Amino acid sequence: MKDNIVFSQGFEIQGGDFVRAGEASCQIVEALRELAFPPGVVRRAGIAAYEAEMNMVLYAERGTLAMTVTPDAIMIFADDHGQGIPDVELAMQNGYSTATPEIREMGFGAGMGLSNIKKNSDKMQITSTVGKGTKVHIVIEANGARSNS
Amino acid sequence: MRSSLRMRPNDGSRPLVRLEDIVDAIGASVLVGDKSLLQREITTASACDLMSDVLAFAKSGILLITGLTNSQVVRTAVIADLSGVIIVRGKQPETATIELARKMHVPLLGTSMHMFETCSELAKIGIMGTCYDTF
Repeated sequence: MKDNIVFSQGFEIQGGDFVRAGEASCQIVEALRELAFPPGVVRRAGIAAYEAEMNMVLYAERGTLAMTVTPDAIMIFADDHGQGIPDVELAMQNGYSTATPEIREMGFGAGMGLSNIKKNSDKMQITSTVGKGTKVHIVIEANGARSNS
Repeated sequence: MRSSLRMRPNDGSRPLVRLEDIVDAIGASVLVGDKSLLQREITTASACDLMSDVLAFAKSGILLITGLTNSQVVRTAVIADLSGVIIVRGKQPETATIELARKMHVPLLGTSMHMFETCSELAKIGIMGTCYDTF
C-alpha cells in the first residue's frame, strides 16, 4: 500500500485563524492540478477539503488536514481537537448549523459544509467525540483519471 | 410565462462577452487582472454573499458577484474554479485579498453599483444565471 502513494502532504490548521483559512485547501488544489487530475476531480477534492478545513477553523481548537494520493484515489483526512459534534446525523443535515453571527458574516456557517463534503466525495466517514474532536475521512475515486498516468 | 424565462436563446445570437466587456458595462475598476485575464470569456454569473452556497451550488467557470471582501472569496474562487469576482457596493477589499487574487490569478473587479444593478447590467449584455446551464 505504501508503495502506491504518489503524493502526500499535510497541514497544521489553527482554530480561529480566519486570515489563513482555506490556504491549505488552495495548496491541495494546486498540487492536484500539478498531478494532472482532471478539473472536475480537482474541484470535488478541493471543495471537500475546503469545507473540512473551514469546519476546523470555525469550530475546533486546532487540527490537521492531510492528503494522500494513490493511483486509484485521493484521500483527505481532517482530524481536529475541539468541541466535537454531539449528533453527527443532525449535523449532516442541510441547513443545520451552530455558527455564530461572526462566522456567518464571513460567508460561512450556512449548515451546508458536511453535506457538501458528502456530495463531492465518493466515500465519507465521520467520527466525533464530544469534548475531544472530530475526524473526517474523505475519498475521491480517481481510477486512471490522471492525464499522464 | 415563467417557463419562457428559463429558455436559453438558441438562435446563435448570444454575443461573446469577455471580462473586459464587463469592466466597460458596469464601469468597474480592475483591482486584479492583466490583459490576458481580462480576455476570459464569461457566459454565466452568480450573485451571492454566502460562500457556503457558492461551494454547494456554483458551477465551474462562472463569474461571482459578491459584497464580501475577505480572502475566503478568492480562495472560494480558486477552489470552485470560478472565472473571476466582482465586488459590489464600492467596497474596498483588504490588501491581503488583492495580493492573494494576484498570486492565484483570480481577476478581481470592483464596482460602486449595488448587487441587483450589477446583475441587471450583466444580463443586458447577455450574461445568464447558472440555472441556464442545464439547457
